[in-house]
Amino acid sequence: MSASVPDVPVLHVSGLSAGYGGAPIIEDIELTCEPREVVVIVGPNGAGKSTLLKAVFGLCTLHGGAIAFEGRDIAGIKTSDLVPLGVSMVPQTQNVFPSLSVRENLEVGAYAVENGKGETGIERIVALFPDLEEKLGQSAGELSGGQRQMVALGRALMSAPRLLLLDEPTAGLSPAYLERIFDLILQIRETGVTVLMVEQNAKQALRIADRGYVLANGANAFTGTGAELLADDEVRRSFLGGGAAPSEGAAPSGGTAPG
Amino acid sequence: MMEFINFYFIPGLTLGGIYALGAVGISMIFGILRFAHFAHGDMLTVGAYAALTVVWFVGIPALGAIPIAILFTCLVALAMDRVFYKPLRALPTIYTVISSFGVALILRSAVQLIWGTDSQVYATGFQRPIVLFDSLLIATRHAQIIGATIVIAVLLHLFLTHTRTGKSMRAVSDDPQLARVAGLDPEKVVRWCWIIGASLAAIAGVFVGLDTDVHTNLGWNLLLPMFAAAILGGIGRPLGAMAGGMIIGLAEELCTYPLFGEPLLPASYKTAVAFLIMVGLLIFRPQGLFKGRLL
Repeated sequence: MSASVPDVPVLHVSGLSAGYGGAPIIEDIELTCEPREVVVIVGPNGAGKSTLLKAVFGLCTLHGGAIAFEGRDIAGIKTSDLVPLGVSMVPQTQNVFPSLSVRENLEVGAYAVENGKGETGIERIVALFPDLEEKLGQSAGELSGGQRQMVALGRALMSAPRLLLLDEPTAGLSPAYLERIFDLILQIRETGVTVLMVEQNAKQALRIADRGYVLANGANAFTGTGAELLADDEVRRSFLGGGAAPSEGAAPSGGTAPG
Repeated sequence: MMEFINFYFIPGLTLGGIYALGAVGISMIFGILRFAHFAHGDMLTVGAYAALTVVWFVGIPALGAIPIAILFTCLVALAMDRVFYKPLRALPTIYTVISSFGVALILRSAVQLIWGTDSQVYATGFQRPIVLFDSLLIATRHAQIIGATIVIAVLLHLFLTHTRTGKSMRAVSDDPQLARVAGLDPEKVVRWCWIIGASLAAIAGVFVGLDTDVHTNLGWNLLLPMFAAAILGGIGRPLGAMAGGMIIGLAEELCTYPLFGEPLLPASYKTAVAFLIMVGLLIFRPQGLFKGRLL
């Protein structure tokens, strides 16, 4: 895995408009991920958060704008060509192959980038997720939601990405697993991977974020470090569960308490 | 007892082996491309006639002609996919299903134009059956068909569980969207799906020709029991489809066994058995006979 070039953002999105064939869902989006950052996108349902991730990953129709990965234009590149370049993604739901064993799920993650069996890759993933070691032979469909999420993360890491896109990695998980997953994301960052994630549990996610973006109605609303967004009255009131605007995923412990 | 084994059970296994080989392709195509491939029967016909041509011109036995039959049928299948199915891939699969009906007619008519409409045989003359334990009689062709089916089932299992391509195919069959996200090339998997489906169809076609004769409706007539086998095995699971094929084949042959002096069913009702099994399954157990995944 080659280190990313200093001073070039891992991901730089400018003026991006994209959708699913009809009218654009997101318009004129600006977003930057610097090396080894955890960048979190928050915002109400339907704001276009997932669409933004999919657009970066070649799963949407682009209407305009530019996407650069480590300075290289990747707009319009097929997903199967993006994975070998060093980008991978974990979708929100249905993110494991249920009838394949955990080991096979992980192996499939490496197929796009190498010709070997990916055995060393599996050791690396098991070191990161020790829970998976004894589950390697089991069908992924038999695992709990949290374990599946680890398999999904592991599968995405098998291609040794430098940019990891996560679509709501904690959706539907118990609070205990939510903490685990956020810890793991920080550990993944420590291995040199830049993480761009969409998250419903906005407050917790912004706490671990180096940078955050608030999306509303398909456009950028606010930008700042995680701490800045958490401290911003307007963001708190409109998007983090303190005000009248519909909020999502406000932590049970969070509520309206002032920062 | 020996009469039961010699004249009902072994022919049942033979027929089952043919259905099994044909059903694998139907099941795989359904799992990966998500449509019911109605031209699959005619791929058996194409394979059978390709072998017949080799038998005619090279003068080797039909079994030796199988590699050429496989090659030819694969080329036909890949061309068919490229011209008739690939352009429809983004549309709802019903378009592809209808298209496959059209392809079935095209293939059959092409075979009739090229090879004529008369029935043909690979070889004439009587082959002495193999005699085991003094009373067990197996026709050589039956032994070959049953043996080959077993070997192919084992190879197919190893392919699906131990090779990159096999595991990629199972991944696409499980979740095509996620396979795309994981960076797998779906078109490569589709190509392999056709290659395996067409190869096994060609082998099955040659086996039908060995067992009976080669005629232009050969594959079309087997479409229903092969679909029944694929559904029985839980559609999208190739090894389940092979087991399903064996069950349907045995059921069709055994239903005429004179258990109480009279045949259980008149022989002319044989083909209705597959249909009955399929209807019963679709009503009571549409997910297939086997619990869990059979790959």
